[in-house]
Amino acid sequence: MRRIWIAAVFAAVLAGCASTPEEQDAAGVEDRKPGAKPPTIGAQSQPIRQPPVAGVDLTKPGARSILTDPSSPLSKRSIYFDYDRYDVKEEFRPLVEVHARYLRDNQTMKMLIQGNTDERGSREYNLALGQRRSEAIKRMMLLLGAREEQVEAVSLGEEKPKATGSSEEAWAQNRRGDILYSGEF
Amino acid sequence: MRLLIAALALLAAAPSVLAQLSIEITGAGAQRLPIAIAPFAGEGALPAGIAAIVRADLERSGLFRGIEVPPHNPALTEGSSVNFTEWRSRLADALVLGSVAQRSDGRFEVRFRLFDIVKQAQLGGVAYTLTPQQVRATAHRIADYVYEKLTGEKGVFSTRIAYVVKRGTRFELQIADADGAGEETALASFEPIISPAWSPDGKRLAYVSFENKKPVVYVHSLLDGKRHVAANFKGSNSAPAWSPDGSTLAVALSRDGGSQLFLISADGSGLRRLTNSSGIDTEPVFSPDGASIYFTSDRGGSPQIYRMPARGGEAQRVTFEGSYNVSPRISRDGKNLAYITRNGGKFQVALLDLASRQVLTLTDSDKDESPSFAPNGRMILLATVTGGRGVLSAVSADGRVKQRLSVAAGDVREPAWGPFIQ
Repeated sequence: MRRIWIAAVFAAVLAGCASTPEEQDAAGVEDRKPGAKPPTIGAQSQPIRQPPVAGVDLTKPGARSILTDPSSPLSKRSIYFDYDRYDVKEEFRPLVEVHARYLRDNQTMKMLIQGNTDERGSREYNLALGQRRSEAIKRMMLLLGAREEQVEAVSLGEEKPKATGSSEEAWAQNRRGDILYSGEF
Repeated sequence: MRLLIAALALLAAAPSVLAQLSIEITGAGAQRLPIAIAPFAGEGALPAGIAAIVRADLERSGLFRGIEVPPHNPALTEGSSVNFTEWRSRLADALVLGSVAQRSDGRFEVRFRLFDIVKQAQLGGVAYTLTPQQVRATAHRIADYVYEKLTGEKGVFSTRIAYVVKRGTRFELQIADADGAGEETALASFEPIISPAWSPDGKRLAYVSFENKKPVVYVHSLLDGKRHVAANFKGSNSAPAWSPDGSTLAVALSRDGGSQLFLISADGSGLRRLTNSSGIDTEPVFSPDGASIYFTSDRGGSPQIYRMPARGGEAQRVTFEGSYNVSPRISRDGKNLAYITRNGGKFQVALLDLASRQVLTLTDSDKDESPSFAPNGRMILLATVTGGRGVLSAVSADGRVKQRLSVAAGDVREPAWGPFIQ
């Protein structure tokens, strides 16, 4: 009860700041000695110190994951398809190979492949078409060294378009299989 | 405080004007029967005028044309004697006269009679007891009665439709009267909802929801809002269709790879595989006698519609014209197949007469999806796009009558016309 009351006063004190009054030690505004009176507004005995900041430096070498660093081939995650087709085009074979090799070398890693389609035609047929696309990519992954337990193929059909609009450019963007790794789905 | 809560509850219950489907009739039948529907005597005591709703229903069918009725003094009642010569001179072929009376228990009684002006005969009449909340439903019943007496087929004005509205990131599965009024939300979600399918008794909806980040088939009871998972296997679960007896769903599952058809009890038990193809099989629908299943398959190299025995067995190709024929729906009499066909780059509703093999393209729009027969087979509801926005459209089975149903500030899609109510 007392703690709630203290927290309420604390919140009032900090109302002007953007931080939330939790169980901070670092702030050091509060004297929790038994019998100590909580500070009243405008009459603080000690200056407010902000909690320390834990920084992340993406400019350091090796800071970015091999999976997301734009210079890593593993950061390329999309395979594009022709209209109403679900065969993986030859030009995307090297991309699939890179990912299959990564799965083969990292056996605890799991992959989710999401198949997508453009907006044209039946939603249900497109859901099935997206499934065939993700399965075609999965099949190639398995042929190239990934294990069955590592890869799941699902479909989003036309329901989650990356590009909006009804142009050939938008449609081409949406006829796509996306590769996601553990922690990304 | 209690008052405030009551006020909030009222606000929540009041249908928002923005959310309601508005209907625009964009085409009509060549020969419309002229009908006079006199304002019902005493209908001013009701929250909405019965005669106007009956007239709007009948006109929306494209088969009737309402005739203006000049004011009468004293007002015409259900019991007024009919001057056939006078109505004939106003070019009316039929006449409806009605009265509304308040009862001592606070409810109302509506009586009406229908006359054939040409034959100078009374065709019948009915009396209903109703609460003020039942005015629209009663008016739809009267329109159904008039429609059936004059056309020989059952009216669909008392039926309901289901559809999905997308507003921003929000998806709502809604149920409304066939005229778009009185909409209620059965399910609201931040993930897509597709393929609603009415159970044959109109009490449940099966649909596909992505709420668990992948397509799962649910069965939802509309009376109590209770829902259960009917199919949630590895991969995609979709395209539910009810068997005519309401016991079984046909679904498309990718659990064994690809997209294949399965049967499953509506409670989610007893899975049986139906098709074994190397391609895509989806969008199953039962024939009205329950013996066959029509479905979409690309087994021949392009998506086409096939038919197979519901117990399993060999499939026969049904559509041959064109390279993209999907979303089969069968009329209640089993004689006509509606589907989406691609003509050039346009996706349009086609109707195939299964006996004569004649194909009729019914629409001139270019992004049609999800056709759905009215239970009397007269109209087909569909989703299309106009001005970049998803709208519902309805077209008569002869292609002549067209209506558009749109909702302000939202995309409407995935319509399903419900069955006749018991």
